[in-house]
Amino acid sequence: MARAASARRRIAFTIIGWAVGFLVFFPILWTVLTSFKSEGTAIAIPPQFLFFDWTAENYATVQSRSNYLRHMTNSIVISLGSTLLGLLIAIPAAWAMAFSPTRRTKDVLMWMLSTKMLPAVGVLVPIYLLFRDFGLLDSRAGLTAVLTMINLPIIVWMLYTYFREIPADILEAARMDGASLGKEIVYVLAPMAVPGIASTLLLNVILAWNEAFWTLNLSTSQAAPLTAFIAAYSSPEGLFWAKLSAASTLAIAPILVLGWFAQRQLVRGLTFGAVK
Amino acid sequence: MATLHTRASARLMMAPAVILLLAWMIVPLGMTLYFSLLRYNLLMPGMESFTGLGNYVYFLTDPAFGTALANTLLLVGGVLAITVIGGTGLALLLDQPFFGRGIVRLLVIAPFFVMPTVSALVWKTMLMHPVNGLFAWIARSLGFAPVDWFADLPLLSIILIVAWQWLPFATLILLTALQSLDEEQKEAAEMDGAGAVSRFVYIVLPHLARAMTVVVLIETIFLLSVFAEILVTTNGGPGVQTTTITYLVYMQALLQFDVGGASAGGIVAVVLANIVAIFLIRLIGKNLDR
Repeated sequence: MARAASARRRIAFTIIGWAVGFLVFFPILWTVLTSFKSEGTAIAIPPQFLFFDWTAENYATVQSRSNYLRHMTNSIVISLGSTLLGLLIAIPAAWAMAFSPTRRTKDVLMWMLSTKMLPAVGVLVPIYLLFRDFGLLDSRAGLTAVLTMINLPIIVWMLYTYFREIPADILEAARMDGASLGKEIVYVLAPMAVPGIASTLLLNVILAWNEAFWTLNLSTSQAAPLTAFIAAYSSPEGLFWAKLSAASTLAIAPILVLGWFAQRQLVRGLTFGAVK
Repeated sequence: MATLHTRASARLMMAPAVILLLAWMIVPLGMTLYFSLLRYNLLMPGMESFTGLGNYVYFLTDPAFGTALANTLLLVGGVLAITVIGGTGLALLLDQPFFGRGIVRLLVIAPFFVMPTVSALVWKTMLMHPVNGLFAWIARSLGFAPVDWFADLPLLSIILIVAWQWLPFATLILLTALQSLDEEQKEAAEMDGAGAVSRFVYIVLPHLARAMTVVVLIETIFLLSVFAEILVTTNGGPGVQTTTITYLVYMQALLQFDVGGASAGGIVAVVLANIVAIFLIRLIGKNLDR
């Protein structure tokens, strides 16, 4: 009796769960499907769900018409560059705070967090003017620098929460056993620190890839990453649904895959360790 | 000796991060504060003059400011309501064992990874278009008149799009919190004859309260800065119906080139965000002590 009831319950939840999951995911699925339609089929009423003439021509058109690869490259350079730069600055800082904490460590961490809460519009005007005067508008270097700064607090925090979990005793044990500093880092610290660093890298590439305030305001064409490139499809006369869908699918696919891998780190990173 | 040495090297290791963040915060914010006291328009170079609080008076008495503030609060409040309630429901659902739960969870969190410009344009065109959109087709198929979303309900349309993007975040955090709930406690309550509803109200909800607070505070920080979704869908219109504080400052700065006015607006935005930030910092700080 009880078993039958629980099996029925399981089946009911399977149906509800999949229905809800499908609904939430639907806009993405619809975008992918539309990217394989002709422009005529894309706006057809009633909508064509699966049985239409599948075509990949939109992908070719998007590339040939607007040099899609350049914007893709910009996105990769800016998101990866800003994350690596951020790690380079943050790893020593997080390391020091996790292993030689002082009375003020907590205050420093809190203050770093507070800089993240500064709304972007509060500094839009001076950053824009500084960029203009230094010739950084619409440059990869400028965007990389800004994204490094806006994500630096998150990087420091994430690394700190990971590093704090590395037991300090183990370092002493290694030292007692006569390990040199070099060996200590390579054989003891690195294996324990790398997973945390990798998770931080993953989450921050995602955040930088999707950042859409500074990239939209500080780039126009040359350095425009995908966020800004897709925004150009918003003009009413340039609205081609199938091509918009193809460009969008390419823009979200790589990061969606990364995001699925990073889902556990997402919670930790974005709540600054408040929820684990 | 050793501690002195480590302390010095610890300072050295922290220096780059601290100095860079300090510069990033103080230099532009100081400039914004300074500009906010000037009459300064990029279209009239060389005409800068001190105006005291004139820009603040102008910004705060602009009728658009009241609307923008109301829009900002509606946007943040609307998205929070949808994501917290929807996220709780989804988290409870994903906490049940069922076939393919892992895959469903991947489907549910997917919208969070879609860049804002893509989700806004996909919703605006392919779903919400009044003639060819999917919603219009569904409405007509069911015998209703299709809604012209961005003409008739522009702010609600943006709220729905942004809520769709943030629903996964709330779900994931509430699910994480839910999974840390002690099963025995629930079972004990069940044995004592507590129904599903009272178990939810008296055990699950209090347990989720902290995670919900975190969701509300962190989302608020991000939602106060919603920008791309407005830029690519409505440009703040029709009129100022979807203009938020963030968007108002953007328009003043990069469309009207009014450096002074935009800076005053920027400072106002900073003050508003700080009110939320204080609560968030306290909450996270408390957690750090544990």
